[in-house]
Amino acid sequence: MFLIKILVRNAFRHKLRTFLTILGITVAILAFGLLRTFIQAWYGGVEASSATRLITRSSISLIFPLPLSYREKIRQIDDVLIVSWGTWFGGIYIDEKNFFANFAVDAKSYLDLYPEYLLSAEERKDFLRDRKAAVVGRKLAKRFGWKLGDLITLRGTIFPGNYEFVLRGIYRGRDETVDETQFFFHWDYLNESLKRIAPSLADQTGWYMIGITRPDRATEVARKIDQAFRNSIAETLTETEKAFQLSFLSMSETILTAIELVSFVVIVIIVAVVANTMSMAYRERIGEYAVFKTLGYRGWQIGGMILGESITLTSIGCGFGIALTYPIASIAARALSQYFPVFRVPHEAISMDIVASLVVGLLAALVPIYRAVTIRIADGLRRIG
Amino acid sequence: MEVQSPLVEIEHVNKSYRRGSRLIPVLVDINLTLKEGEFLALMGPSGSGKSTLLNLIAALDQVDSGTIRVGGIDITTLSERELARWRALHVGFVFQFYNLIPVLTAFENVELPLLLTGLSRKERREHVKLALRVVNLESRADHYPAQLSGGEQQRVAIARAMVTDPTLLVADEPTGDLDKVAAREILDLMERLNQESNKTIIMVTHDPRAAERARTIRRLEKGYLNDVPDQDPR
Repeated sequence: MFLIKILVRNAFRHKLRTFLTILGITVAILAFGLLRTFIQAWYGGVEASSATRLITRSSISLIFPLPLSYREKIRQIDDVLIVSWGTWFGGIYIDEKNFFANFAVDAKSYLDLYPEYLLSAEERKDFLRDRKAAVVGRKLAKRFGWKLGDLITLRGTIFPGNYEFVLRGIYRGRDETVDETQFFFHWDYLNESLKRIAPSLADQTGWYMIGITRPDRATEVARKIDQAFRNSIAETLTETEKAFQLSFLSMSETILTAIELVSFVVIVIIVAVVANTMSMAYRERIGEYAVFKTLGYRGWQIGGMILGESITLTSIGCGFGIALTYPIASIAARALSQYFPVFRVPHEAISMDIVASLVVGLLAALVPIYRAVTIRIADGLRRIG
Repeated sequence: MEVQSPLVEIEHVNKSYRRGSRLIPVLVDINLTLKEGEFLALMGPSGSGKSTLLNLIAALDQVDSGTIRVGGIDITTLSERELARWRALHVGFVFQFYNLIPVLTAFENVELPLLLTGLSRKERREHVKLALRVVNLESRADHYPAQLSGGEQQRVAIARAMVTDPTLLVADEPTGDLDKVAAREILDLMERLNQESNKTIIMVTHDPRAAERARTIRRLEKGYLNDVPDQDPR
C-alpha cells in the first residue's frame, strides 16, 4: 500500500511532464487500436465467411464469366446441397461517388445459402415474386434514405443501359460481422435484359456459390468440381469462401503489412517516449534511491517502485486511449461505411492495447531499474547537494 | 567497575578510489575504537576522508582492506543482502541535506525505515508519533518537506534515523546547511539523544562549534587519523 502511494505520487511529481507522457501514450494507444480495427475491418469479409460454402470461378480470372450450364453438373457432385450463382453488376447510383457493392444473384438459392441476411417473410416473398425487385442492407438503405417500394435506378458500367429496381426488402445481418451495405437483385432480370441488348453476355455468370454438407468435405468437393470442368472452354477454380475472400485481400497485402508495421512502430515510439520520462525521473531521484538503500531497502524494492511508476503512467494512458478508441472508431465507421461495411473495435485490439501498455511500461523501466539497483550508495549520495 | 565493551572497532582499514588509471588513497590504515554511548566528532579539511570513513562505518561503502566490527559483527564480511538488513536494524543516518523523500509527509518519511520491520501498522504509528514528539514536530506530521524549514526537515531526518532505535547514529555535516539557530537546535537534540538515551553518535563536521558538543573529537588529515583523541572538549 505504501509502495503504491509512493509510486503514484512519484508519477505525478512533474505534472506537465506526466501529462505530456500520458497524452503521448493515449495517442499511441488510440492510433494502435484504430490501426488494428482498420486491419480487422479489411478482413471483415473473411471473418463472416462460412466453412460450408465454396466459390467456383474461372481459373483464369474472376472477370471471365462461366457458362450457366455448369450449375447442373455441379449439383450432381456428391455433398453439394445448394448451387447459387451471381455476377458483379458494378452499377452506379446517380453518381460514381455513391459506390456500393451490387450483384445479380439467383434469388431463391442465394437467400437459402446465405441465412445470415435476415429478411421478414413478407419481404422475402415480395422479393422472390417480383423480377425487378432488389434487396439492400440496412446500412445502405439508411445511407440513401431508401424505403420499401422505392424505385432505384442503377447505370450499368459492365453491362450497358439503365436498370430500374423496386426495393422489396431491407435485410439486417444475423450478427455484427455481416455486411449490411450490399445491393442484390435477380440474375434473371439482368440475363433477360442482356439477351435483348448484348446476347453474347447472356446465360453466363460471374461465379457459383455452392453449399456443401460438411466443412471437412470442402477440399474433396472443390477438387471434383474443378475436375469436372477440366479441358473445357472455361476451366474452374473452386475454393472455400474464406480462401476466396483472402484472395481479394492478397492484392492489398502489402498495404496491410505496412499498416501492421506502422501500428507496431507506434508502440516502439511510445517506448522511447516513456523510457525518456523514466530516465529523467531516475536522474532526478538517484539520490533518493541511495537514501532508500541507506535505510535498508533492497534493489528489487527500488526497482519495483520504478517499474510501478512506469506501469502507472502507461496504464493511465492506455485507459484513456481505449476509452477514446470506441467513440473515434464509431465516427470512422460512419465516415468509411461505404468502404468498410463492418468497422468495429475488435476485442483482440483492446487486449493488444493492454499488453502493449504493460510491455511499454516494462521496457521503459528496464534501464532505470538496472541503474538504480546497481548504483553504489556512496555514489548515489554524492549526486545530492 | 563495569568494563564497557567497544561498540565500533575499526582495524587497519584502507580505502582508495580509482581515478582513471590512478589509485588515490582516501583512508590509510585507520584504527578506531568507539564505546557504546559515545559521541564522536570527526573533523578535518575537505577531502580528508571524513565522509568516506562515516560511509564505511555505516556500511554504505566497502573497505579495500581491514575490518570494521559493530556490536561484534564484522560488517566487511556481510553480503549486500545482509548489509541492507544490518543497516535497517542498526544504523540511523542523518545527511547534510536532510534527504527526505519530497512526496511523503514528515510522518511517512519517519515511517519509511519501519516498513522494513515486522511491526504492525498500529505499532508503526506509535513509534513514528514518539519519534516526532522527541524532535518536537508532532504538530507538523502531515506536512511535506517543502512545507518545512531547513531545521525542521533536519529534525524529521533525525526522527527517521532514530525511529528504529538503531545501535548507531551517524551524521554527515548535520548542521552544514542550517543557520545558527537551527544548527544549535539540531546539536541540542543530538546531545540530548546521546546523554538521555545513551545513543552512540558519530558526527562528521567542519564546524568547531558543532564538534564541541561531542565527547570525543578525532581529526583526519589526508586520509590519516590522528593518534591522540581530543577527549571531552567541554
